Amino acid sequence: MSVAIDHDDDHVHHPFLQHQFEDLGQQHEASTLGMWVFLSTEILFFGGILLAYWVYRLAYPAAWAVGASLQNRTFGAVNTFVLICSSLTMALAVREAQLGRRKGIIAFLILTLIFGGIFITIKGVEYHTHWEEGLFPGSHFTWNEHPELASKVQLFMMFYWSLTGLHALHMVIGVGLLIWIISRAWRDHFNPEYYSPVEVMGLYWHFVDIVWIFLFAFLYLIHAHT
Amino acid sequence: MNEHLDNEHAPHVPIAPVWTYLLVFAALSVGTILTVVAAHYDLGRLNTPIALLIATVKTVLVILFFMHAIHSSRLTWVVIIGSFIWLGVLFVLTFSDYLTRFWAIN
Repeated sequence: MSVAIDHDDDHVHHPFLQHQFEDLGQQHEASTLGMWVFLSTEILFFGGILLAYWVYRLAYPAAWAVGASLQNRTFGAVNTFVLICSSLTMALAVREAQLGRRKGIIAFLILTLIFGGIFITIKGVEYHTHWEEGLFPGSHFTWNEHPELASKVQLFMMFYWSLTGLHALHMVIGVGLLIWIISRAWRDHFNPEYYSPVEVMGLYWHFVDIVWIFLFAFLYLIHAHT
Repeated sequence: MNEHLDNEHAPHVPIAPVWTYLLVFAALSVGTILTVVAAHYDLGRLNTPIALLIATVKTVLVILFFMHAIHSSRLTWVVIIGSFIWLGVLFVLTFSDYLTRFWAIN
């Protein structure tokens, strides 16, 4: 059964205007609002884990200091900068979409994709090192430099792997979404009247950047002076 | 393909100049450097509040300019601010328990 709507009037609808919306402006508004509603669930999702992190950080400050000292702060700082660069190129991709420049959208989205790939690669190197150092929680956790703190450092590492792991998962999903948006830009789907998918992609990408800003401060830099 | 679309209003979002994005990028980079530098000095009890303050300023910049909240509708603002109010409720209520537990011991 065909779901296409034959309008009685003779005007042509924009191919990406869903029929429940009055116009593309309203559709854009609904898209961004809907994305923000999703992001508010994400804020509380990461917020809940960060809350647990803070409860235990206040309980075991010494173990948290040791845990953070086990992180590669150079890699953490480089990755923070890489994500800021990717946010800039993402924002510029949205701007190119607003201006209707197809090549610009594709170029900036590919740059964003490359920065995302660099981030995930560096994260992978860190994960590999932690694994080799016996810093993966559970039966594989063999790190024992401070035996009296080992179980609490393991707890810190549990937060480290959960928070950075969920963040990395978001990055991988973001890379997948970027490839999809690039393919749509390639097919010339976007113009100044219709670029909501690029805008919503940007909202997601910037949110993931914001999460990392906090993870870098909380997991890498605490007690760096000690 | 747009010749008959004059009744389908495009999103009326102002297009920010490139320097806006470059300025925000510069501020975020400086913020990252400040965070790293501040973390390496012993500022006593102030280390964490300063790190949180810088991270919060960076977040506000990203939300306002990169995520275009500054041009968003009031309804979107309600959702954005509402998210952080709920996050605040989560933290305040939890710590009103955990932090006050130590009061009895001291």
